Amino acid sequence: MELLQLLTVFVLAVFLGFELITKVPPILHTPLMSGSNAISGITVIGALIATGAENTRLGMILGMVALIFATINVVGGYLVTHRMLGKFKKK
Amino acid sequence: MNIDMNVLIAGMYLIAAVFFTLGLKGLSHPRSAVGGNFLSAVGMLIAIVATLLNAEILSFQLIIIGMAAGAVIGTIIALTIKMTAMPQMVGLFNGFGGGASVLVATAALFEAVTGGGAGVSGASTVDLQFLIATVLSALIGAVTFWGSLVAFGKLSGIVTEKAVRYPADQFVKALAGAGILVLAVLLVMNPGNLLYLWLLIGLSSILGLLLTIPIGGADMPIVIALLNSYSGLAAAATGFVISNSILIIAGSLVGASGIILTQIMCRAMNRSLLNVLFGGLGAADDDDTETAD
Repeated sequence: MELLQLLTVFVLAVFLGFELITKVPPILHTPLMSGSNAISGITVIGALIATGAENTRLGMILGMVALIFATINVVGGYLVTHRMLGKFKKK
Repeated sequence: MNIDMNVLIAGMYLIAAVFFTLGLKGLSHPRSAVGGNFLSAVGMLIAIVATLLNAEILSFQLIIIGMAAGAVIGTIIALTIKMTAMPQMVGLFNGFGGGASVLVATAALFEAVTGGGAGVSGASTVDLQFLIATVLSALIGAVTFWGSLVAFGKLSGIVTEKAVRYPADQFVKALAGAGILVLAVLLVMNPGNLLYLWLLIGLSSILGLLLTIPIGGADMPIVIALLNSYSGLAAAATGFVISNSILIIAGSLVGASGIILTQIMCRAMNRSLLNVLFGGLGAADDDDTETAD
């Protein structure tokens, strides 16, 4: 994709991110942090491509380690968030 | 056929982006929080499935092994930890995300300059966009990784919880920042010399340690929120490295909303965001001579 298109997407997404979260009750601070942390595991997409493309050995190893790291981030992140929110419900 | 596939992938990325947005929105209200987290997880699944349709991905063996290993480790950690240990686990997961971004950017640069392999999506040409994005991804990702490890260590009692201060600490940080800037310029001018990249990652790692060590344990949740924002920005930078829209959208959503959340948490705890940014949180810092970058 063209750099300008990517920059457009980036700038608009930054503004959306700024506006998205306004008033958050303190009890939701940690779950929100945890939930958005799981989203930042999106880098798993880059890891998938680096691992799956026919790259050199070093490239594939780097991709594979990245894939394991990112998957831990995604799976662990969503599960931990879910557990935290479950705790609040029972209260 | 191939073009249709790319349209399908782009469409799925768009749906994933909508799910992430609705998910974050949902997570900021008590009633919709559980649903919001679920929506965002579905968005992630859609993004992963879409990526697997990418024609560049030829071998699935390593992907299956890597994802299975990560999923098992992540599940075990998430289900076995105590509720009281949640904040440091978020810090640890966050560190893994930042580390993954560095590794992807490194792999992309390595493939692009050696030309030995097929390269990483859209990253075949070593132009200025590619190089600057690689530098940013390596810098922010490494700071996130090591900063998060320190945060995890402090909250779980592996490292001292106290705010470690030393003379001229702001100067030392500024020095590290200046060194990173020099290495970044050298790397952009000589992309073929990977030594500059390794040094850049090394110095950024040190900066990550320097930024979190002076902060006391009680303030760690704010630091983790800030590092979470950084890991989003690292993912967005990686998106520019491999020219991938969903990485940029999801990464910058987290980066921007993470800053807002950090600010909200600062206000709730009576701290100043500027102090967190410069790692001077906790102890009253009357040294006003800190320089930005």
